[in-house]
Amino acid sequence: MSPSNFIFALFFLSTVAVGSAKPAVAGEPDAARQKELVHLVRQDCGSCHGMTLKGGLGPALLPEVLRDKPAEGLVATIYYGRPGTPMPPWKAFVSEAEAAWIVDKLMSKFPQ
Amino acid sequence: MRPLLILLFALLLTACAGPPLRGTGDLGLIIERASGNVTLVDTTARQPYARIGGLGDLSHASAVYSRDGRYAFIFGRDGGLTKIDLLEAKIVKRVMQSGNAIGGSISQDGRIVVAQNYTPGGIKAFDAETLELLSEVPAEFAPGQFSKVVGLADTSGNKFAYALFEGGEIWVSDFSNPKKPVTQRFPAGSQPYDGLVTPDGRYYLAGLFGEDGIALLDLWQPEKGSRKILENYCRGQEKLPVFKMPHLRGWSVAQSKAYLPAIGRHEVLVVDVATWQEVGRIPVRGQPVFVMARPDGRQIWVNFAFPDNAKVDVIDTLAGKVVHAFEPGKGILHMEFAPRGENVWLSARDDNKVLIVNTENFAKLGEIPAESPSGIFFTARAVRIGF
Repeated sequence: MSPSNFIFALFFLSTVAVGSAKPAVAGEPDAARQKELVHLVRQDCGSCHGMTLKGGLGPALLPEVLRDKPAEGLVATIYYGRPGTPMPPWKAFVSEAEAAWIVDKLMSKFPQ
Repeated sequence: MRPLLILLFALLLTACAGPPLRGTGDLGLIIERASGNVTLVDTTARQPYARIGGLGDLSHASAVYSRDGRYAFIFGRDGGLTKIDLLEAKIVKRVMQSGNAIGGSISQDGRIVVAQNYTPGGIKAFDAETLELLSEVPAEFAPGQFSKVVGLADTSGNKFAYALFEGGEIWVSDFSNPKKPVTQRFPAGSQPYDGLVTPDGRYYLAGLFGEDGIALLDLWQPEKGSRKILENYCRGQEKLPVFKMPHLRGWSVAQSKAYLPAIGRHEVLVVDVATWQEVGRIPVRGQPVFVMARPDGRQIWVNFAFPDNAKVDVIDTLAGKVVHAFEPGKGILHMEFAPRGENVWLSARDDNKVLIVNTENFAKLGEIPAESPSGIFFTARAVRIGF
């Protein structure tokens, strides 16, 4: 197991243990930053997941697909990436709180 | 004499009634990914001349051309396949052919259009005239397991080569009988992400994401099987994250070398096409996405994945290094050369325009407004193998 794999596994285990409550949306990004994040998700995440988030090389990110997945695991996937898959870590570009905000929006209705 | 007069009269009438006659060799289209439009352009006038809407989800859409350059076949992300008439600037036919598509290709004789699909994974062949479904090849690489299809390329003899992302294989389907394709399978490696056929149609290359290396198949001697080149090009070093998958096409080959994007390294790998040995690597300013030779092969233009997608590096193939590095616009997604390469058109997604740049002196020649532009496709592709 590579170090990054190990970190991911550790994080995943710790978050699963906490349960699947909604991620804390404390310190919601301000309006300007929200706009940037929406653009990032639709345009740049969209190159693999589709601009409409219906999937591509990466899986669909629609609410009905994500519903049964623990939010913390999804936040960790954005923040740390998914070793062994093309999903890269986005931690250089979004904070954990921002990743949580993105997951929250993806699981309900992602803004246009 | 009389039939000739009638014919002349008829010709005159047609000429009066119709639009002025013109060829299609200098036409093209720009995909506007967010709004489901395409803008039709004239590369001589360097101006748009029409806009067509209603093409559905065009994120990651691509196009191929009929051999007369009149019709474009546009493959949308949502599985829509739309045939457009560039002269009359209208949709001729549109079908929903799958749930999630990634691109397509057209056969050597121009009669078969093939779409490559993610969901359900496989390829589908359509009559280029009517878009009627002819046959399909599901990418079932193991019983009950289907793969996303990437890197579809046309090759000689109405054959198509492509790679299976999950399946880790290269498949070659022969559509000599369009209703009964025959498929051969070859091992590729871990997670092929895209593929290309060399401009002569001889070699098929599948870039690998899951391991360092590229799978190579000699389509003239398929019985020799596939092999791997550029193995271990990362030399055990930690890979940088890849925020967008590179794209491969026959434009990579110039001056008997292939210029290929490295995965997880900010480098362009240079391979001798005669020996398939690495002969160099050129440092660039980000993860390369498109590594495209100018049609004469003197220059290689490179754009980059997020967060470096404002940058473009130009390699001089004689000097073997980057000779021009600039930031022409925000979100440079795609590049297309004029048929003989005197200028290049760049999609600046976040500036909502397409920039036209002189490739000799890098001066900006003009720009065309477009909503979130992505792919740019000129009709010169109609006569090139693997485009």
